Amino acid sequence: MIPVSYFLVLSILLFVMGTIAFLIKRDLITMFMAVEVMLNAANLAFIALAKSANSIDGQIIVFFIITVAAAEATVGLAIILLIFRQKKTIKSEDIKLMKG
Amino acid sequence: MGHFLFFLLAIICFGSVLGMIISKNQAYNALLLILAFASLGGLFGLLDAPFIAVVQIIIYAGAIMVLFIFVIMMVNVRYGIPPEKKKWTLYLSLGLAVVLVIELILSLKGAFSLPGSAALDKTSPADLGRVLFTEYLYPFEITSILIIAALVGAIVLVKKREKE
Repeated sequence: MIPVSYFLVLSILLFVMGTIAFLIKRDLITMFMAVEVMLNAANLAFIALAKSANSIDGQIIVFFIITVAAAEATVGLAIILLIFRQKKTIKSEDIKLMKG
Repeated sequence: MGHFLFFLLAIICFGSVLGMIISKNQAYNALLLILAFASLGGLFGLLDAPFIAVVQIIIYAGAIMVLFIFVIMMVNVRYGIPPEKKKWTLYLSLGLAVVLVIELILSLKGAFSLPGSAALDKTSPADLGRVLFTEYLYPFEITSILIIAALVGAIVLVKKREKE
């Protein structure tokens, strides 16, 4: 049987990689993808611990997280499109003003 | 067999996220992320979560990433965005990442020693659905409001305004 700790270590590594990608990448779309990586790391931890606790509740929570991530992706990508239409750039450092 | 599958999927997942950090091309990043999500779906399958594994592949690797690729095509930045010139930001973020890893490991230390239970009793989609529609009925219904709000919000945001 695969120990839970393997999955938790993989989850930690994925979360930190997502954080690094969010911090060092400079285009908004890739930064947004990094957020998705972090969400998935959390999902992996939830499912690993659900199996360890012999309960199905963790899987339900992951189901909700995936739903919220889909909603978040829709709105986030709409905002990125809007920024690109107004400023003709998706580089994060070119977007400094709150009011376009 | 289980260990072999775990390490194979974990290496694919880790490697594709690493490739996403290194690569500059957004389209490649999206494709690597699809690979990472698909291998995560395999890991969910290993963890007795067959329904979540399928949802992960259909919704994440399918729908959400298609949305990403669609936006990449619409935005269409021809030149890749070059990485940050200043070296110290890279070193600073790597140092902070190491600190974050240590912190997360320390905070999860208690969970590492948890036993991997042999197999979950109830994992079929029917069991999942039964719990979802009884115990978690209100969260489920509230989710529909969230999705409607996101849908309407996205349409209102992207719609081109009429010239008045």
